[in-house]
Amino acid sequence: MRSLILEAGTRAVFHTMLLFSVYLLFAGHNFPGGGFIGGLVAAAAFVLYYIAEGPGHLRKTTRRVRPEVLLGVGILLAAAVGVAALAGGAAFLESGVIEVEVPIIGHVEASSVLVFDLGVYTIVVGLVLVILESLGAEMPS
Amino acid sequence: VRRHTSLTWELTLLALLALHGLLAALAPPVARRWGRGVFLLCAAAPAATTVWVVTRAPSVLAGEAAVESVQWAEGLGVSVDLRLDAFGLVMVALVSGIGALIFWYAHGYFTKPRPDLGKFAGVLTAFAGSMLGLVLADNVLVLFVFWELTSITSYLLIGFEDRKAEARDAALQALLVTALGGLALLGGLVILGQAAGTYSLSAMLAEPPAGGVVTAGLLLCLVGAFTKSAQVPFHTWLPGAMAAPTPVSAYLHSATMVKAGVYLIARLAPAFAVAPVWRPLVIGVGVATMLVGGYRALRQHDLKLLLAFGTVSQLGFMIALLGAGIPKATFAGVALLIAHGAFKAAVFMVVGIVDHEAGTRDLRRLTGLHAAMPATLLVAAVATASMAGLPPLFGFISKEAALEAFLLPATDFGADMGGTLALLGVVVGSILTFAYSARFLWGAFARKRDVGGRGAAGREVVAAGDVHAPPRSFVAPAALLAGAGLVIGLAPRLVDVLVNQAALALDPRWQPQAIALWHGVNVALALTVLVVGTGAVLFAARRTVERYQALVPPLPGSYDAYQRSVRGLVAGAKRLTGVVQNGSLPTYLMVIMLTVVTLPAPFVIGLLWTPAVPEFAAHGLQTVVSVLVVAATLGAVAARRRFVAVLFLGAVGYGVAILFVIHGAPDLALTQLLVETLIVVLFVLVLRHLPDRFARTELRAYRALRGAVAIAVGLFVFAFTLVAGAARTRPSISGEYLARALPEAHGRNVVNVILVDFRALDTLGEIVVLVVAGIGIASLVTAGWLGGRGSRAEQRGAAAAHDRLEEGADR
Repeated sequence: MRSLILEAGTRAVFHTMLLFSVYLLFAGHNFPGGGFIGGLVAAAAFVLYYIAEGPGHLRKTTRRVRPEVLLGVGILLAAAVGVAALAGGAAFLESGVIEVEVPIIGHVEASSVLVFDLGVYTIVVGLVLVILESLGAEMPS
Repeated sequence: VRRHTSLTWELTLLALLALHGLLAALAPPVARRWGRGVFLLCAAAPAATTVWVVTRAPSVLAGEAAVESVQWAEGLGVSVDLRLDAFGLVMVALVSGIGALIFWYAHGYFTKPRPDLGKFAGVLTAFAGSMLGLVLADNVLVLFVFWELTSITSYLLIGFEDRKAEARDAALQALLVTALGGLALLGGLVILGQAAGTYSLSAMLAEPPAGGVVTAGLLLCLVGAFTKSAQVPFHTWLPGAMAAPTPVSAYLHSATMVKAGVYLIARLAPAFAVAPVWRPLVIGVGVATMLVGGYRALRQHDLKLLLAFGTVSQLGFMIALLGAGIPKATFAGVALLIAHGAFKAAVFMVVGIVDHEAGTRDLRRLTGLHAAMPATLLVAAVATASMAGLPPLFGFISKEAALEAFLLPATDFGADMGGTLALLGVVVGSILTFAYSARFLWGAFARKRDVGGRGAAGREVVAAGDVHAPPRSFVAPAALLAGAGLVIGLAPRLVDVLVNQAALALDPRWQPQAIALWHGVNVALALTVLVVGTGAVLFAARRTVERYQALVPPLPGSYDAYQRSVRGLVAGAKRLTGVVQNGSLPTYLMVIMLTVVTLPAPFVIGLLWTPAVPEFAAHGLQTVVSVLVVAATLGAVAARRRFVAVLFLGAVGYGVAILFVIHGAPDLALTQLLVETLIVVLFVLVLRHLPDRFARTELRAYRALRGAVAIAVGLFVFAFTLVAGAARTRPSISGEYLARALPEAHGRNVVNVILVDFRALDTLGEIVVLVVAGIGIASLVTAGWLGGRGSRAEQRGAAAAHDRLEEGADR
């Protein structure tokens, strides 16, 4: 069963939702948001896409990037932050901040926890995609 | 200058271990290009170790042990301590010296290209490295790690022919037996370490602890050593392990794996032999093993199996000698250890050569090979003579020394275990050894009249004309080892310092004495004459002996016991799983819920009388939302259709999210909203696989029970929340988090700062759970669908394996 309204609506908001999820990811350190919430918003975008277009379309998207790979990449990112801290002589997962003066934008603080949060984000998206793919596939008759 | 030398020491041993690991990892890709040439590359690791150890030998033999240490787990006080003393020198020479020759031999052995040669070479290198680490480790926990590594790598090597069921069985048996012993060993080492207050092997031996607990620890260590060194009744895995390719057997039987148990007992014996049960147990088991192994070797037709039982027998001999804890026996044991390493590797290599050229190892099918391969015969004869203990070979010298040690007055062996009994056992064992040595040489090379007879009927006979002489480079490693036994036998002064210093390193009470081939006419020599004479008679009357052995019913085999216990374990596990995992989801939930309610309930009820009852509602809206949440909950319970129940649950979740908003927690509320939305959608996906309506249980009693459990859980959670709220005894850390978030973590959103910074380790754990759950869901769903048809991954794997095989055959 396809709904034209839902399909058109999804196309309108899908990219906005993804963009918003990235905003949440970056803003999370100072405002409501963060990797988990951002990941959930992105996942919700994919769920919407799935409902509107069906499993076939979603699979075309996930063929390029396998959801399982997202899970692995996420864990590696998060763990890498911890190990990098160890390598830098700090405690495991201890955060570090780099402050840079960027022309035009001005003063920028980049924290290692952003990478960690990106790992969380990736895993949440990957997990929901895995569930969509496995539970949401057409049932073999 | 001295400081400088110690610095160059510092990492050499570790670097050599790392070299083994590096070459092990490199072997598979290299083998794809070089084929069997990979063995010559991998030989570099043991060869380099041998060369380095030889250059260090003068200072080590002067009594100056080489020590290296690298911190490993600081908090646990575990550091990788490596120590090379004179006995370690003997072991390294065996492990790496023979190891290098084994690699050379393997290069000649694997003439047919096969795709998995790289894997084999890699595991063999890792095996050599593990054994090297084992004999160098000074920290008993590090020793244990290497001990287990040898178990695992030998498992892979024995099971290398993984298409043969017998190889897989043998590998599994070796792993189960030695890993079981490994567990006992770990327990024993921890007990000893705690009792001694140190996990350093050398420190522990310098001031050995004593007492009942220590005796228990020693018993556990002995179980570990007995399983590893294939002592009665754990010996059956070793003959089974001959399913491995011959280079592995030659290495496993001569210098590694089985020598690990001997090594451990040799280290412990001088310090702990005074413990109550040590001597009767170790000498008893050793001598019994020597007899059982020799007896069974006599009736084998497979040359490799004959030698395998011979190894069992010799291991018993070594355990009895090195485990006696008497300086003279230790000295003889060290000599036997070296002699055995050389001749056993050589004879196994000879079997491999015969097998390779003739295509069989069955002595009933071989005849007259002496004419076809005279050089191999010569090598075999020299090595076998050493094994039989004939002059002028090193095996003779070591056996003489052993007999002399057991001729010592009985008082040296403790009160009840008289040396006489042990001596008797060793003499009988030596007679058997002589007989099976003769049988081996005769079986492999002699011209036989009754060839192809009973038992071998209908099978093709291999005679001299059917066989090519092996290439020289294939025989060379065996020739070197056999030659070493001869040269040392003729000029024992070459190893005089080595053996004496090694014995001294084990037992400081030892007073070095010169090794000589000729000790004059004495009791030991007379016993040797007796051994040779009786052994020769036993061999000459082999028909009669075989007939007699066939009459005696075989002892209740420990192989059967092993089989029975494995089968029993599997059957028991199945039965237990059937009871515990009955497949009913409601039952699982009920068990979990009841546990949650009953276990902590007494404490919660006890605290209920002192609660600080919180304010019911600070905001009017809270009351309204709460009522809605309760109503939605009741709706979920009453719903008959699954879909409706899911929607009600979603409503409950949204209601809670609103409560979070009212409390001023936007992050929580946002998360809750998103999670609830996703859960509803995903739930619907699952619902497609389930019936539309809930099944109505017929039994009213069962429904009542479920209702009661549900209500109990609800009440419990309510009470628990009240109690938990009032349970605070210290100031909350919230203030601290708020104060530190911005200055320390550069974040204004405290929730996020907690998640990704202050308590990032928790988050890491949680996302790992998410990943595991994702993989679990995907595999469960896929497995459920593909259930009857076999998984697609399996089919792909089989196809890939088939392709690899063809690729290998093409090359």
